[in-house]
Amino acid sequence: MTILVLAEHNNVELSIETAKALDAATQIGGEIHVLVAGFNAMAVAKQAAKLDNVAKVILAQSQELEHCLAEPVAALIMSLADNYNMFMSCASSNGKNIMPRVAALLDVMQISEIIEVLSADSFKRPIYAGNAILSVQSLDEKKVITVRTSSFSSVGTSNDAPIEEIAEPSEIGLSSFVNAQYSDSARPDLTAAKIVISGGRAFGSAEKFNELLNPLADRLGAAIGASRAAVDAGYANNDLQVGQTGKIVAPDLYIACGISGAIQHVAGMSSSKTIVAINKDADAPIFQIADYGLVADLFEALPELEKSL
Amino acid sequence: MKILVPIKRVIDYKVKINVKADGSGVQLDNVKMSMNPFDENSLEEAIKLKEAGKADEVIVVSIGCAKVAETLRAGLAMGADRAILVQSEEILEPLAVAKILKIIAEEEKPDLIILGKQAIDDDNNQTGQMLAAMLNYAQATFAYKLELNGDSANVTREVDGGLQTINIKLPAIITTDLRINKPRFTSLPNIIKAKKKPLEIKSIADFNVDISPRLKILNTQEPPVRTAGIIVGTVAELVEKLKAKSLV
Ligand SMILES: Cc1cc2nc3c(=O)[nH]c(=O)nc-3n(C[C@H](O)[C@H](O)[C@H](O)COP(=O)(O)OP(=O)(O)OC[C@H]3O[C@@H](n4cnc5c(N)ncnc54)[C@H](O)[C@@H]3O)c2cc1C
Ligand SMILES: Nc1ncnc2c1ncn2[C@@H]1O[C@H](COP(=O)(O)O)[C@@H](O)[C@H]1O
Repeated sequence: MTILVLAEHNNVELSIETAKALDAATQIGGEIHVLVAGFNAMAVAKQAAKLDNVAKVILAQSQELEHCLAEPVAALIMSLADNYNMFMSCASSNGKNIMPRVAALLDVMQISEIIEVLSADSFKRPIYAGNAILSVQSLDEKKVITVRTSSFSSVGTSNDAPIEEIAEPSEIGLSSFVNAQYSDSARPDLTAAKIVISGGRAFGSAEKFNELLNPLADRLGAAIGASRAAVDAGYANNDLQVGQTGKIVAPDLYIACGISGAIQHVAGMSSSKTIVAINKDADAPIFQIADYGLVADLFEALPELEKSL
Repeated sequence: MKILVPIKRVIDYKVKINVKADGSGVQLDNVKMSMNPFDENSLEEAIKLKEAGKADEVIVVSIGCAKVAETLRAGLAMGADRAILVQSEEILEPLAVAKILKIIAEEEKPDLIILGKQAIDDDNNQTGQMLAAMLNYAQATFAYKLELNGDSANVTREVDGGLQTINIKLPAIITTDLRINKPRFTSLPNIIKAKKKPLEIKSIADFNVDISPRLKILNTQEPPVRTAGIIVGTVAELVEKLKAKSLV
């Protein structure tokens, strides 16, 4: 088995998610290569070379690869495809965008968002927003897999794998980058944080959302999350949404404030080690999965919580 | 401009599903079925483009059992012009769905194909990207905003770090995220009108496509259950509990 893992990065820094996808790859077993596709991304390749169990890092650079657009990255992976029988990435927005394109070009069915490796060809994956878990065996010769990284742990960083630069791939030209509004927060990344504190519709305004959650998050070193209702109402940016269609998180501590606990939200946080819910409605479904529930008005409870920490 | 909107019939998002005790799958009998929520967004976007005079025809297409005709009728009532049902008793994987859609796209030659980003039953999030690959089209997934300008489109996408805008050459594939629009409710007159709109039924057998499953389902289980813990009386008590577990 030779596995190609697509690195998740922003041309400067390798995302911790990649180390978790490598955990899944290691469990599958075989020779593992990491592909860094980007522009001016040597620093990323060097970080990837440190990750345990990586036999080789392949670095492909071109302007077209800079923003990780699906068409050029998929074409790049296809140009390497003969050497591999498994292709993996994180189930990040990049991985979800690119890998099914690769799967179709290989004429195989992608196995989306695996949460467990059962054997080299069998995996568990959630369906119905995590309300059922499917065990599937891939019958395809080549396999394309995206990994739900919250279900895996990071491999170590004591390696020194060789970096191989490959020739600049040819232009595809179907799409081009226009601009991006990336939120730059000093807070820990939602998917990497040990503590996540999330707010829902109950906050009523962006001002209250920030005023109540920011100091608590600062105090706890926590990442801030949000329900879809809070994002739709403009209290929080879209990249903070936790749930079936947002981010999947599994921190040590998840604090849900003014969130009802709809199945689509729970899908994104039910693997958290400890769940705290603060809601003024004692019948809110979130209490059914919370380790500690506090029936209270968050406008009073959150300032008090901040003071007592 | 012609727009093709593939839609899937799924268990309604409000239904709490039941996993069959013998591990053979999810209970599908006698549960409320609806159009996949993301597909409502796709269709809404297509209809809006038509209303704005930017598109001439909106075609909804679905691959599934005979009952899927109801979902297509709902799409016609929302405002699609005609519907195509590719009837199949087998449940198809995204790879097979994309192969069928490719053939339909080659026949219909739409300028834009708008799909949902994921079907909320199997949560695969693959079909649009696969179809784009098979047609060698540009793809803009997880769309939050769509602007057509002649033979290209600017699409703002919801991505991990925030929002990203890309330009794609048409014809192209777009997959929608929930915030792109608010799907309309259908009015009674439109439901009645929809009964007269054309709904063409084709058989999967006529497509000559390999639809055999590539993923063998070993079993379907309930997720590990989380049970309710305790209700604390005060903030102080909560903090005490969390401190005792060294969580804060
Ligand atoms: C296809 C699909 C995908 C979806 N994906 C997601 C997703 O990824 N993530 C997600 O979150 N949602 C998702 N949703 C939406 C989901 O169904 C819910 O609508 C949403 O999670 C509700 O958000 P909420 O809990 O903030 O709001 P509400 O359900 O309105 O709950 C607000 C809660 O706040 C409590 N409250 C009000 N005032 C106070 C107060 N002063 N103090 C304390 N508590 C108070 C109320 O008792 C209530 O329980 C999706 C929906 C669909 C159809
Ligand atoms: N059987 C089907 N018929 C028509 N469209 C489908 C079908 N299955 C999936 N799709 C489309 O593909 C999208 C993504 O589905 P999936 O890749 O299964 O998550 C859906 O939102 C639909 O637009």
